[in-house]
Amino acid sequence: MTLEATLVVQIGELLLDMELAIAPGEVVALLGPNGAGKTTVLRTLAGLLALDDGRIVLDGQPLEDVADGAWVPPERRSVGVVFQDYLLFPTLTVVENVAFGLRARGTGRREARARATALLDQFGLAAYAGRKPSALSGGQAQRVALARALAFQPRLLLLDEPLAALDAGTRTEVRRDLRELLAGFDGMRLLVTHDPLDAHALADRVVVLEAGTVVQSGTLGHVTAHPRSPYVARLVGTNLLSGVAGADGVISVSGSAVRFTAADAPQPGPVHVAVHPQAVALHRDAQTGSPRNDWLTRVTELDEHGDRVRVTLADPPGMVAEITPGAQAELTLAAGQPVWATVKATEVEAYPA
Amino acid sequence: MLGLVLATVAVAFFTLPLVGLLVRTPWSSAWRLLTDETTLQAVRLSLICSLWATGLSVVFGVPLAWVLARVPFPGRNVVRSLCTLSMVLPPVVGGVALFAALGRRGLLGHYLFDWFGIRLPFSMAGVVVAQTFVAMPFLVITLEAALRQLGERHEEAARTLGAGSWYAFRRVTLPMARPALIAGAVLSWARALGEFGATITFAGNFPGRTQTLPLATYLALERDPSEAIVLSLVLIGVSFVVLLAMRDRWLDAAVGRRV
Amino acid sequence: MVRKLLVSGPMRTPSRPRALLVLLVALLAVVGAGCGSDSDDSAATTTTAAPLGPTTSTTAASGTTTASKATGNLTVFAAASLTDSFKELGAQFEAANPGAEVTFNFAASSALVQQINEGAPADVYASADEANMTKLTDAGENGAAPELFAQNALEIIVGPGNPKGITGLADLAKEDVVFVTCAPQVPVGKYSAQAFEKAGVTATPVSYEADVKAVVTKVTSGEADAGIVYATDVKAAGDKGEGIEIPTAQNVVANYPIVVTKAAPNPTASAAFVDLVTSNDGSKTLEKFGFAQP
Repeated sequence: MTLEATLVVQIGELLLDMELAIAPGEVVALLGPNGAGKTTVLRTLAGLLALDDGRIVLDGQPLEDVADGAWVPPERRSVGVVFQDYLLFPTLTVVENVAFGLRARGTGRREARARATALLDQFGLAAYAGRKPSALSGGQAQRVALARALAFQPRLLLLDEPLAALDAGTRTEVRRDLRELLAGFDGMRLLVTHDPLDAHALADRVVVLEAGTVVQSGTLGHVTAHPRSPYVARLVGTNLLSGVAGADGVISVSGSAVRFTAADAPQPGPVHVAVHPQAVALHRDAQTGSPRNDWLTRVTELDEHGDRVRVTLADPPGMVAEITPGAQAELTLAAGQPVWATVKATEVEAYPA
Repeated sequence: MLGLVLATVAVAFFTLPLVGLLVRTPWSSAWRLLTDETTLQAVRLSLICSLWATGLSVVFGVPLAWVLARVPFPGRNVVRSLCTLSMVLPPVVGGVALFAALGRRGLLGHYLFDWFGIRLPFSMAGVVVAQTFVAMPFLVITLEAALRQLGERHEEAARTLGAGSWYAFRRVTLPMARPALIAGAVLSWARALGEFGATITFAGNFPGRTQTLPLATYLALERDPSEAIVLSLVLIGVSFVVLLAMRDRWLDAAVGRRV
Repeated sequence: MVRKLLVSGPMRTPSRPRALLVLLVALLAVVGAGCGSDSDDSAATTTTAAPLGPTTSTTAASGTTTASKATGNLTVFAAASLTDSFKELGAQFEAANPGAEVTFNFAASSALVQQINEGAPADVYASADEANMTKLTDAGENGAAPELFAQNALEIIVGPGNPKGITGLADLAKEDVVFVTCAPQVPVGKYSAQAFEKAGVTATPVSYEADVKAVVTKVTSGEADAGIVYATDVKAAGDKGEGIEIPTAQNVVANYPIVVTKAAPNPTASAAFVDLVTSNDGSKTLEKFGFAQP
């Protein structure tokens, strides 16, 4: 049970051009900023939007192939969709909503109802079977939407920002529930989200989409450790710099005189340098000792957040350091003040760009 | 303050004629006139024809509304204007136009007559045609507005679940548009019931066959004004009851407010 | 130190009085439009006779010559069958009385008398039968005694070429003949029923029209095979229709009375118009259109 897709489609100003593959039973999170084309990907896979070029092959069967002219309409694809705003049918009861896909695809009324009721039971919503969607809370509606999409056992399940419509408090709880519910489904799952926490909790693999192209792909841990674009870096809260590694393994950071040494010296050539904010130590005076990466810079901003203090350092190279309130009390840093920053070589992650 | 005054004038504007009618009603002879054979015939005919016209309006108007709301095609605006033209045409003009198309010598009419012996003018079918012609646009306009406002997203969701266009429309969209559909149907029925100009021009006037209540009232006015008053009250009474029964929800739907 | 004087605060917009003015103008426009237009439901037609060339004097047949010329607006409610003849009489009247303007309201006599009794502003009423004139006099709405000024007879009108080969009233009862008459309260409708009775024929029309011109139209447009109208209507239809005469034994004589209304806004002109209609000149004009003299 695999999905292989090459998606090329122009939507207004955006050109989506990407390849996507999902292995059997895999959960892939499609991560990206607004306007990156994530929803477009979902719509093309669901058959709600035709490709300009490319193909979509599900389990060896082409759902769409522009070159051949093959096209399977959405109602005949084995693809279930959970929409961001759920789109439950307001005039049908909860159980009728869940049974809808079964009945539309030919199952008899009684059997469809029975299966829908069983599914609702599994989701803990049996009590709401006869109610209308308007009687449901956000979290309940989301579960019904999921049940509805799963009822006809699609081979591919698409979820569009499943937690976006919920308030922060409910989100955590529902994320946990969703994880369990998804685990019970053995098909392929593609989850669109802008929240890395969703990706972390629910996905095996992450594909980062920016402006219509795939920027990065891999496990979340890998992506987090090796961000390849400012967006991802911002997302995971890491400092990301671009530089060139010399033959001696010393990395000169683009646009500044600072040089970094990483414990694992990278191959010569263009590199990304990732440094976690907590790994940046600040001092009033130049240091001697084991860290070999130090430079003089200035504080541009100070943000006190309870048990952390985020210090933004001047460009070049702009970085964010995180220190404890105790350290701040000692250093008494203020905006505009010069400060020495150091990073241990072991804390510098450098990898080919 | 000014608004309140104008609104009061408007209410008086509509209430006074009704009060005037009630005052001039010959209550003593009202029952006799009400149960007169001609009156009963006219009432029966009006109800039957207007219900037929409403039925036809729904059968043909719903698909039309769907096409106008969902299917983008060149000239859609022109088609929509054509189909709702009879709303702004004087009804007599509608009757004349129907003649040109469906009369014995009309564009389509002469085929109907020469090949099938079907003659629409002077028949009850002709009444239904005339009433449908003026009433259907009310349903089309109301329903189209609602369909546009509801949007296609629920239909898309239905399609991903496996529903074809018709199934999605039938089980998802139409139920969601039900208040607008009902409002449109009721408005159509009211319009059909009160139709006069196109009916008398196209279908003619014959008791029991084409003499609907409005026609009977008009002619009674020349013959016996008190009979006309009684007939008027019947028409007003029926219409009033229907409009009263139109719940706020449906009226909201009729003007496109999200229900 | 230079002090700058600033114009502060928003401009005073005369919103309230202006809105009221706009509303007033709109109301007046609506009322004005309403007064000027015809109701589409009514079978009446309104025409204005155009004034013709130089003035000529007219002598009334009844002997009295009105010294003062009639002026102002004159509204004449006349039976539909008088349409063409009265339009010409109106033109003659305006020629003889520059400064006078005649407006006609042609409809079924029954419709017209009902309107006058309800207060419609008519100066003169000309009916196609005496029964409807009686409705006026019974209500006391006449300004003088009605005078008979014309006579008419019934005739069957058929399409050009008489495709169904109709020869008389008896043919109208045939299964394949589609014919129309007027509603019973309209004079010609009542006369038609009388004619059938005299002829001993039982025939049912497919429709009872609201006035005689509607009957003519149904036949000339080919929708109906035949209709019962006045001889004058057949003449007026020209080559759009043919007439089948009804023998005198079966036919009905229609007597046309005319009268000035009691509430006539323009009594002088009204009397002058009635004089014209009943004069020799008037009779000649009516004869031209096919009317007989009483």
